Amino acid sequence: MADVIGNKLIVVPVKGAYIPRLDDIVLGRVTDIGMSGWQVDIYAPYPAMLPASETPMRRGRDEIRPELGRIYGVGDMMIAQVIAFDRTRDPLLTTKGRGLGKVTSGLVARITPTKIPRIIGKKGSMITMLKKETGTDIIPGQNGVILVTGRNPDQERIAVDAIYMIEREAHTTGLTDRVKAMILEKMKGKTVG
Amino acid sequence: MGKNKETRLIDESGLRVDGRRIDELRPVRLEVGLLDKADGSAYIEHGKNKILAGVYGPREAHPKHIALADRAVIRCRYHMAPFSTDERKSPAPSRRELELSKVIREALEPSIMSEYFPRASIDIFIEVLQADAGTRCAGITAASLALADAGIPLRELVAGCAAGKVDGKVVLDLSDIEDKKGDADLPVAFMPKSNVIGLLQMDGSLTEDEFKQALDMAVNACRQICDMQREALRKKYHVEKEETEPTEVAEVQA
Repeated sequence: MADVIGNKLIVVPVKGAYIPRLDDIVLGRVTDIGMSGWQVDIYAPYPAMLPASETPMRRGRDEIRPELGRIYGVGDMMIAQVIAFDRTRDPLLTTKGRGLGKVTSGLVARITPTKIPRIIGKKGSMITMLKKETGTDIIPGQNGVILVTGRNPDQERIAVDAIYMIEREAHTTGLTDRVKAMILEKMKGKTVG
Repeated sequence: MGKNKETRLIDESGLRVDGRRIDELRPVRLEVGLLDKADGSAYIEHGKNKILAGVYGPREAHPKHIALADRAVIRCRYHMAPFSTDERKSPAPSRRELELSKVIREALEPSIMSEYFPRASIDIFIEVLQADAGTRCAGITAASLALADAGIPLRELVAGCAAGKVDGKVVLDLSDIEDKKGDADLPVAFMPKSNVIGLLQMDGSLTEDEFKQALDMAVNACRQICDMQREALRKKYHVEKEETEPTEVAEVQA
């Protein structure tokens, strides 16, 4: 849980709040529609703003309030990127970019953001294994919200269970192998494909 | 010393009404993380005191105007349940509870690294389920654990304990009768590593020497309680602790 490198002490927290950082990919939920954009809950102590100009849409036509609701309604989930945040301003988001935009299907898991690196693993070893063994696509938001999309609900369920297992046992060794064994066990007899 | 009192609180062999020695703590039991909804929570049984603490945050500060530009606001509510005392206590916040909320907040504030969360708020709720003297100190002990459980960066844990004077003798950790019939009560909150006293109140009267003795006793008791707090936190993460190694190493082996 703690490492000493020279005169530096590095602590891996067990739990913690999400503090936005520039360029982070996050999953958020729309809480309000404003005059020129959306208020988005990214599960941080600060409410995020997604300006209308940061969504891929036709200028002028969609950019009026009643029309904004057609793009993102209250309660809609999205994958977004943090484009501005500092100690004095609330985070700004964008959904312009590859892989960003509205979430239309899948299961969402929420874990503590400090354990996202463990879900990804060294050089992505853990997440590659998860995707391969469950046959799902997994998008981990830096804010601890993880989107799992698969071709059937069984696969998604198993992947989410595996994610929660990693969160619970993040501090143990040989975890990748144990998670793999758990997935293989659960995949037995399930329709895949 | 030779005062003739109606009730005697210390007997010939130097034992108190509940059979404790002069410098003995009441039994303390701590538990961490019992509430699912709260970001952090802790429960303490200190003698007959039963206190639950919940922590929310860091979260958006509401109402907005209370937010501070350079750090998180820390709010604290100390409350006694209507059934916590012999006589029903009105659930409305009393003058005493308001004061205790403030002093508890001020005792915990120096331990919290609130500068990491500007414009946010950290809310602490302390609910006394059963009261038996020394609730403010036990409340601080529980609240500090709940803060740690919430994953809020702390400089260190804060522990609280009272000392006082009973039958002319300086004693540790007053019980209900000792508090009511005794001569003085001195609640203390203390951070052992940084050597900081976060709370120091007194009612009754002590001589300078007695005060020093009482403060010493209370500070030492806080050190003991702090060890128990650390133990309670370890217990919660026991499964992970068994094979604990730095995550970096863990991943190389995996």
